[in-house]
Amino acid sequence: MRESTLWILHILAAVVILVALGIHFAIMHLDYLMSVLGAGGGDVLAYASVIDRSEALSHTVIYIVLLATALYHGFYGLRSICYELPLGRALEKTVDIASIVAGFGFFFWGAYAVIAGFLA
Amino acid sequence: MQRAKRDRSTVANQSGLLGWVYAGRYRTERYLYILHRVSGLGILLYLLMHIYVTGFKIKGEEAWEGIMASFGTPLFHFGEYLVFAAVIFHALNGIRLVLTELGYLLGKPKRPIYPYPLALMRQRLVMVILMILAAVIIIYGGFDFFAFH
Repeated sequence: MRESTLWILHILAAVVILVALGIHFAIMHLDYLMSVLGAGGGDVLAYASVIDRSEALSHTVIYIVLLATALYHGFYGLRSICYELPLGRALEKTVDIASIVAGFGFFFWGAYAVIAGFLA
Repeated sequence: MQRAKRDRSTVANQSGLLGWVYAGRYRTERYLYILHRVSGLGILLYLLMHIYVTGFKIKGEEAWEGIMASFGTPLFHFGEYLVFAAVIFHALNGIRLVLTELGYLLGKPKRPIYPYPLALMRQRLVMVILMILAAVIIIYGGFDFFAFH
C-alpha cells in the first residue's frame, strides 16, 4: 500500500476515534456530567454495569470500531516515529511486520472479549 | 523498486533525543509537536494494557473485581487522569495538525517581502483556542476524577 494511502487512513482513523473515543470518555470519565444530563449513573466500573454495556449492540459496534481505528492510528504513529530514526531497510521491514502482528494480535484479543461479552 | 541508499552525511547534524528538548529556535508549535508524540506513545502503551485488562470481563465477576481492586490505588487513579489529559491534548492538537497538513489555517502563499509573513502565525489563533479548550476540559476532568466521586 502506498505511503500516502496509509497516511490518509491514519487521518481518517483519527476522525473516527474523535467520535468513538469521545463517547467512551463521556460514559467512563465524565459520568458525573452524564448523570447531571440525565444519562447513565452508578459505578461505571462495577461488573454489572460493564456487562450491561457489553450486551448493548451499539456499544459492541462502537468498541470494535474504536479498537480497530485506535490500534491502526497508534501503530502507524509509532511506525512513523521509528522511520525517522536512521534504520536500515531490514529494520524498517521489521518495524512494519512487528506493528502489523502486534496490531492484529491486540485487535483479535480485544474483539474476542467484546463479542464474547455481547453474546453472553 | 530499489530504494536509494540513505545519505549518512547529515548524521552529524542529528541531535538525537536531546534535540527533542532544544536544538535551536523552537517556538510553541515545536513543543506542541514534541508533546503530541510523547502523549501519543503514552496513550499507545496505555491502550495495549487497557485491551488486556478489559478482556478480564469474560472471565467472570471474581476475576473482574480482582483486577479492578488491584488498580484501585490513588496512584493508578492519578495515572488514569494523566492518560485522560494526554488524550484530550492529543485529540485537540491533532485537529490542528490535520487542518494545517491539509492546507487549511495557513492562508495563501505570499511573496517573501519584508516583514516576511509567517504561515505559522496564521494558525496561531486556532492553536490558542484549541489549547484553551483542552485546558478547560482537562481541568473539568480533574474535578470529575477527584472531586465529584
